Amino acid sequence: MSVAFQAEGLVKRFGKTTALAGIDLAAEQGTVLGVLGPNGAGKTTAVRILATLLRPDEGRATVGGFDVVKDAAAVRRLIGLTGQYASVDEDLTGTQNLTLIGELLDLRRRDARSRAAELLEWFDLTEAANRPAKTYSGGMRRRLDLAASLVGRPAVIYLDEPTTGLDPAKREDMWGVVRSLVNDGSTVLLTTQYLDEADALADDISVIDHGKVIAHGTPAQLKQIAGGQTILVRPIDPARLGEVATILAAISDRDPESPGRGVLTVPVDDDQAFATVVRRIDEAGIGVMELSLRLPSLDEVFFTLTGKKATADDDEKVEVAA
Amino acid sequence: MTTTIERDHGAGPNTRTPAGSTLTKGQPPARPFRLVRHSLALARRSLIKTLRTPEQLLDVTLQPVMFVVIFVYLLGGAIQGSQVGYLTFLLPAIMVQSVMFASVATGFSLNTDVKKGVFDRFRSLPIARSAPLIGSVVGDLVRFVVSIVVLLGFGYATGYRIGTDPLHALAACLLVIFFAASITWIFVLLGVIMREPGAVQGTAFLLLFPLTFGTNMMVPTDTLPGWLQAWVRINPVASVMDAARALMNGGPVGDTVTKSLLWSVGIIVVFAPLAVRFYRRRV
Repeated sequence: MSVAFQAEGLVKRFGKTTALAGIDLAAEQGTVLGVLGPNGAGKTTAVRILATLLRPDEGRATVGGFDVVKDAAAVRRLIGLTGQYASVDEDLTGTQNLTLIGELLDLRRRDARSRAAELLEWFDLTEAANRPAKTYSGGMRRRLDLAASLVGRPAVIYLDEPTTGLDPAKREDMWGVVRSLVNDGSTVLLTTQYLDEADALADDISVIDHGKVIAHGTPAQLKQIAGGQTILVRPIDPARLGEVATILAAISDRDPESPGRGVLTVPVDDDQAFATVVRRIDEAGIGVMELSLRLPSLDEVFFTLTGKKATADDDEKVEVAA
Repeated sequence: MTTTIERDHGAGPNTRTPAGSTLTKGQPPARPFRLVRHSLALARRSLIKTLRTPEQLLDVTLQPVMFVVIFVYLLGGAIQGSQVGYLTFLLPAIMVQSVMFASVATGFSLNTDVKKGVFDRFRSLPIARSAPLIGSVVGDLVRFVVSIVVLLGFGYATGYRIGTDPLHALAACLLVIFFAASITWIFVLLGVIMREPGAVQGTAFLLLFPLTFGTNMMVPTDTLPGWLQAWVRINPVASVMDAARALMNGGPVGDTVTKSLLWSVGIIVVFAPLAVRFYRRRV
């Protein structure tokens, strides 16, 4: 496997604000790197440097072995960019938008048109093909935007918060697209604020905060960082919760918590604990609706790493677009 | 959508080699005249945008008509006694003035456009940095054509007649359009430097007023005070107005055409590279 893109020690300042304070990012070809962080963490700035739109103040980055500053033109031949906000021309129709990109990528007009038609069909936009993009819904614009970044069949695709503002069904669709791009051999850099999204799509995750990588690993490794596993029990008869609590407390030596009505959870350190819980509950004759052992969620990982919640209340705040 | 996403989007002649040691280029080999093709593709984009919102053409259609009405009917009688006589003197110059005013819009709209995501996309594509700027200038040439057609139509209806022949008149129109295109580069530069579209417009008109009104547009040069005559002599806009008058109404062309062409080329040579340079630097 070879490295598709690599950034080392990137620093970027805007006036007195340090957007990036020396970050390293890398992805093997054909993988998805998830860059996870709250608003203002520096995700967009990192993407813009890798996409040759910004020059780093310090550090260097390469895509396919080409330097993003010195060989910007070569890098641009390899990449596709989908911004945080759909960057299509509102006055142009779907077909006109995609045909324009095709022509700018040196396709013949006829080829550009057929590529546009192919992508519109793939993204379920054929019916809207001849309408100006300003008449599109948010989800349709996102799809057109993604289609525009795929016209040149890029080897490396940057998706900057591709599902922000999409409803759950549309997110699932977008995830399907990302998976099929990767199956096809593309390398994807995906920035997201959604931990479940990074968990679902990424091979590796870099967690960034205040312009620094604060953790890097596979989703499973990151979950290990938050420590331990959690046992969850939901008895059929809620009246027996008390008995379950006693069993769990005896095995784990901790007080169980109740995250929801009729459910008890307790963290355990020892792999054997789960088997013991199953046996004791069975012996006590308590019927269970749900009994599971789970890794911590990425939300918990983020909380452990930064001491603050990943999904902050300032969802409305927009990351500095620079 | 979910039913079709399994399709191989990479099918076709340019499919990547999987897991190779280097990433292969996704695009086909470059065809010649890339800058010209890219600029024209982007010019078509501007043109589509203009045609989709025809109200953008209000300034180039109503403004020249309004100026003719104001000058000819308000001042014409006092200045020359005969309204048709004054119209003949004024119209070629108004043509120059109106396309120059029309050229501000290119810098204005570029200023708003550059901030949008679509320009990020252009910047992430392997095209020359100058292509989007050339595209806007070329795409907006249609505004000049519309302006001239409306003005000549209105002029004809109110009694203006070409004194030479259609070929000379056409040459005058082309000269005026070329000069306006060169002036556009100044406003493109303002468009990429300035933060707000309002600032572009304000600065542009600050430049335009002495350039267009500080000429013999409304009255012959020899009626002006000495210092103003000196300015009119060095003002390139006055040369273009003289050239347009001579080509359309008759009379000695002299060196006015050559001067106008030299000025146009000179302005492009200075301002186009500057605009591209600032655009490249802009984040």
